[in-house]
Amino acid sequence: MIEGIIIGLQTALSFQNLMMVMIGCFAGTIIGMLPGLGPMTAIALMIPITYGFDPATGLILMAGVYYGAVFGGSTSSILINAPGVPGTVATSFDGYPMAQQGKAGKALAIAAYSSFAGGTISAIFLLIAAPSLSKVSLSFRSPDYFGLMILGLTAVAAFSSKGNFLKAMMMCVLGLMLASVGQDTLSDIPRFTFNTMNLSDGISFVLVVMATFAMSEALTIIIKGNDPSKAAKQISLTDLGSIKVNKEETKQMAATIPRSSILGFIIGVLPGAGATIASFLAYGMERNFVKSEEKEKFGKGSVQGLSAPETANNAACSGSFVPLLTLGIPGSGTTAVMLGALLGFGIQPGPRLYETNPEIFWSVIMSMYIGMVVLLILNLPLIPYIARILAVPRTFLIPMILFFSVTGIYLMSFNNFDIYLMIGIAVVATILRLYDFPMPPLILAFVLGGLMEENLRRSLLISDGSWSFLYDRPLTLCIMSAILLIIGWQIYQSFIKKD
Amino acid sequence: MKINSVKIISLLFFVLSAFYLYTAHQIQVFAFDEGAPFNAKTFPIYLGYAGMFFSGLKIVLPDKRPIEVDPTYLEFKKTILLVLTMIVYGATILKVGFFLSTSLFLVFSYYFLGERRWKFIIIFSFPFVAIFMYLLHGVLAVYLRDPLLKYIGIMG
Repeated sequence: MIEGIIIGLQTALSFQNLMMVMIGCFAGTIIGMLPGLGPMTAIALMIPITYGFDPATGLILMAGVYYGAVFGGSTSSILINAPGVPGTVATSFDGYPMAQQGKAGKALAIAAYSSFAGGTISAIFLLIAAPSLSKVSLSFRSPDYFGLMILGLTAVAAFSSKGNFLKAMMMCVLGLMLASVGQDTLSDIPRFTFNTMNLSDGISFVLVVMATFAMSEALTIIIKGNDPSKAAKQISLTDLGSIKVNKEETKQMAATIPRSSILGFIIGVLPGAGATIASFLAYGMERNFVKSEEKEKFGKGSVQGLSAPETANNAACSGSFVPLLTLGIPGSGTTAVMLGALLGFGIQPGPRLYETNPEIFWSVIMSMYIGMVVLLILNLPLIPYIARILAVPRTFLIPMILFFSVTGIYLMSFNNFDIYLMIGIAVVATILRLYDFPMPPLILAFVLGGLMEENLRRSLLISDGSWSFLYDRPLTLCIMSAILLIIGWQIYQSFIKKD
Repeated sequence: MKINSVKIISLLFFVLSAFYLYTAHQIQVFAFDEGAPFNAKTFPIYLGYAGMFFSGLKIVLPDKRPIEVDPTYLEFKKTILLVLTMIVYGATILKVGFFLSTSLFLVFSYYFLGERRWKFIIIFSFPFVAIFMYLLHGVLAVYLRDPLLKYIGIMG
């Protein structure tokens, strides 16, 4: 492991990769601050750029963007009560009231320190847990992988749907349907290509992710007519206040950070749970832990109320890399985008990654930690300046997003058909978004579609067509039971529970 | 059962799944693969049924919190104009070339979204695209098709 850490440090600390982390953190912070654009969009926008680099550098850039975007989301939550991502909604509960009291600088500093601490603790957990988990995961067979993928999809559908489990499941199926377009991997038989050569290679991952996230988010902002620039103008940079945190506040944070980190990491490791659930759970847990007089301050500018979700949300980000790197199963929509990028580099994440590409495995883990340090150094002094980006008028912002999306596809294929297909998918996704159909399950299903079919194929061929593989092995049985539990709980929540 | 927009979308999804299932059955597999436990159409067939099942449930079961979007708050005109601009951009990017089509796309998009400061419109279109092209084509050596610039002699 020590050797691996050294390899990782050597790769991550090379001049080029260090620059990539810095650029990634900066770009991610700016993109994450823009309302509606989260880490997933930020990473999606980076994918065409990363294809020009070697895999380790590309992934390091994306890891930097990821952390930057998460912190950027917190900034817009605190400053204008507009969470850029669902994971920072809980941050706005106490961060925005603090900003209204003229303590915006302090709130941003608390968010930065908490994110850093949460990230540091979870990076240590990741360092310890990832190699052992990769050994455990070697015992996984095709039926277990198939079960795990269904578990991932069900969990994402359950947790990201905000009570719309059926809508999320429909999106999962739509994602799998889109993934099935093109030639069958084993027999090369064309499927759903409607006799056009343009679809014979299937639909590109970048196309789907750009259409369903970057493009449809831009179109949703336009169709809903909300104007982020108007809200941004309300911020006066002189109202940011001091960014210094006093002794009492440090003491409060010191109690909150360890428990929120542990909770965040555990939630992050579970497929589907992710930063949103972690931040909400940490906020709720912290409220139960504090004294009754502090409890009264929750929702009105509590330091612990701000620190807890920020810590948990960053810890969950690191945690979500465990299933991605060791099992090849993304735990969240963002890591699903990263899985797609990894596959684009020709790297198959999973237990073998630790053995076959140790430099990638360790450099990603190491660069995540370096990313945290860079984020802290970059963001604290830049807080007043970063806030200015929120004032970019949407009249310029939206066309730029659309331009980057179309150019991304154009550079990949030089094909008009792909551009039309992307516009079509973006329009459908915009309509679906208006009616609260969640997009993360769709993208996760699209990424997992090919792997899921492959594992089902192997399982069915080994068991000679019998579905008994779903309960033959204790591990598969456990996974299937977890799936049934989630479905049962969702049915209870949606249709049986009165409120 | 109360009909709302979500039910209509679910019905459309049901029809799509049924069509997908029908198309899945039409996939031609090799003769020796017909009776195999798994072939090219097995997974799509299950997907078709799954889509019909979930959308069917969504249609039949009552909505606890139905979502209705007030069309008066939606900016249809701007959105449609923007989508049409993108389609024209997609149609012209290969024929006209990257520089002119992208610059015009940006100019029209800024204008349709209500921007009237021509100084900024010009700065963030033609010079911006030129710098972007230089970075991609000149620095990163990414191929960009531009018959117009090639004809003028600016691009090799």
